[in-house]
Amino acid sequence: MGEPTDQPEDRQRRAFLTGAMAGAGAAAAGAVASGVLLQSIAKAAPRDTPVSDQVRYGMLIDTSKCADGCSDCVAACDAENGLDQLRKPEGADDALWDMQRPRWIREVKIKNNSNGRVTTLPMMCQHCEHPPCVDVCPTGASFRRADGIVMVDPHTCIGCRYCMMACPYNARTFIHENVASQSTQTPRGKGVVESCNLCVHRRDQGEATTACQDACEHQAIVFGDLKDPDSAVSKALAKQPSVQIRADLKLNTGVRYTHV
Amino acid sequence: MSEIHYREWGIASPRYWGLLAVLSAFVVAGGCAALYMERQGHWVTGMNNQIVWGIPHVFAIFLIVAASGALNVASVSSVFRQGLYQPLARLSGLMAITLLVGGLVILVLDLGRPDRLTVALTTFNFKSVFAWNLFLYIGFIAIVAVYMFTLMERKAMAYAQGVGILAFVWRLALTTATGSIFGFLVARQAYAAALMAPLFIVMSFAYGLALYLLIMLFTFAADARPLGDAVLRRLKNLLGVFVAVLFYFTLVYQLTYLYSAEHLAFAAFVLRDGGLYTWLFWAGWLLLGMLVPMGILFHPARGMQRGAVILAAGLVLLGGLCALYVIVVGGQAFPLEMFPDHTIIASGYHDGVDGAARAYTPTLPEWLLGMGGFALALLCTLVGVRVLRFLPVALPDEDTRS
Repeated sequence: MGEPTDQPEDRQRRAFLTGAMAGAGAAAAGAVASGVLLQSIAKAAPRDTPVSDQVRYGMLIDTSKCADGCSDCVAACDAENGLDQLRKPEGADDALWDMQRPRWIREVKIKNNSNGRVTTLPMMCQHCEHPPCVDVCPTGASFRRADGIVMVDPHTCIGCRYCMMACPYNARTFIHENVASQSTQTPRGKGVVESCNLCVHRRDQGEATTACQDACEHQAIVFGDLKDPDSAVSKALAKQPSVQIRADLKLNTGVRYTHV
Repeated sequence: MSEIHYREWGIASPRYWGLLAVLSAFVVAGGCAALYMERQGHWVTGMNNQIVWGIPHVFAIFLIVAASGALNVASVSSVFRQGLYQPLARLSGLMAITLLVGGLVILVLDLGRPDRLTVALTTFNFKSVFAWNLFLYIGFIAIVAVYMFTLMERKAMAYAQGVGILAFVWRLALTTATGSIFGFLVARQAYAAALMAPLFIVMSFAYGLALYLLIMLFTFAADARPLGDAVLRRLKNLLGVFVAVLFYFTLVYQLTYLYSAEHLAFAAFVLRDGGLYTWLFWAGWLLLGMLVPMGILFHPARGMQRGAVILAAGLVLLGGLCALYVIVVGGQAFPLEMFPDHTIIASGYHDGVDGAARAYTPTLPEWLLGMGGFALALLCTLVGVRVLRFLPVALPDEDTRS
């Protein structure tokens, strides 16, 4: 008695205790690790500090890589921002609903009138430095953050749609229907205007990408800080000539395109 | 000129209440439509992500434009010291307020969030011409109300001319700002023209006076109040001149667009290829709204027949609604030119594939809201003339020589 034994039941007990301790250790380590992770995210973009104008977020879209018929970026945007949770109201006409359903990003195919060359590209809010939608908004709900993101404050938007009249890119969308289900990271309400906000919730959590960029397997979309010469988007912009859509309006868009 | 006597509108009660009942029915229907749109969301309208302003805005802008124009008669009397118009100034001021209220009610009820009116009235972006319009609308109502007081209260009459001049300047600013709502839209081929502001001012002269003439003739005739030919001749000639000026501005507006390559496609859309919009331009805005009324109003014999004047004024109003439909809805139906020198051949957002116009078919709630606002303006006018002394007892020719 008191002597160590090596009976089968003892071995089982030891194995159980060892496993339990390992599990507890792993759980503790996981908890510590997740705490560290949360802390590092908080450090990356503390939510209680103002957005800085030391960065300007933007995108470069290489239309030569954008595949005809691919709509991965649209689907990813819909899922990321809860647009896929909206349902056609009962009794709504299909054709009309297709014009009323919200879209933040869409595919557009254009043909050059001179040489017939066809280009496919995604269109969304171009995040202008001088956004007409911000100028015309009577309440200031349509605004531009210091980091260049143009977006709508859903709490002060009165749903007048003047910004939709003013946008040169048809980039804004109006919520025509009741909202039964929504994503917590993209609060939404009937009767207000929305548009692409460069996944602003990701910016505020210190993440480096947008949903459309992540979804694009052709790497046609490069997102980043236009003011940082070492960012991927700045390097890509330096490598090849790019254009702004409706550059004649001199809005200095944050979204640029190549091979248009 | 003998002293002018004013009296409340004295038509028989059953007829008066019957009129109010009919107008109230439209107002209630408009209110129910607005409630329905608010509860369901705008999917019950024909408006969509491409045509964001529809029939309610056509009615609202028409009423707002007509409101400033309705003040013409008072302005002519006070600012330009035309004594002939003085007895008619009170009704002019009343209509300026009621028409504006009717238009604003439509605009507010068509908002996606009409419950946030307080936000609109307390949170301003002063770079927005829309925000400026709010101040101009509210200020206009206040100034015209004071102006009415100076016209109706003997002790305040000394100030009538000063306040009248302020009201006149203010109404010019108001219509300039209303036109600039479109004129400042730099991205759209249909708008972005400095001419939009003066065009709206001229429209307001014509539509406001046409509506004023109709209400004046109706209220006088219904109450058997004598109305001499001299006043009518001056007013209908003034309307004819306003319509002629509008014709001129319309011509310059279209010629400017035809001349510049940038706007040529839009001019072709309105004048030739726009389907309904082309019809509304030629048949509504131009023929019925301007040419036929001018023919009637300047006709040596028919021009003085009251039925003909009523017809002409009615046609000017119809033409005005057509013109605003072409400007407001047609301007959005014409696709944005996002890619110069390119044709959009496919789009996931109805971007005008192959240059096709964006579709819009107004639904019943939109019509009811628009007509409800119009009815509200008329209702307020008729209640106003019934309870206060806005109308002169008589305007026979011997009393109108200034």
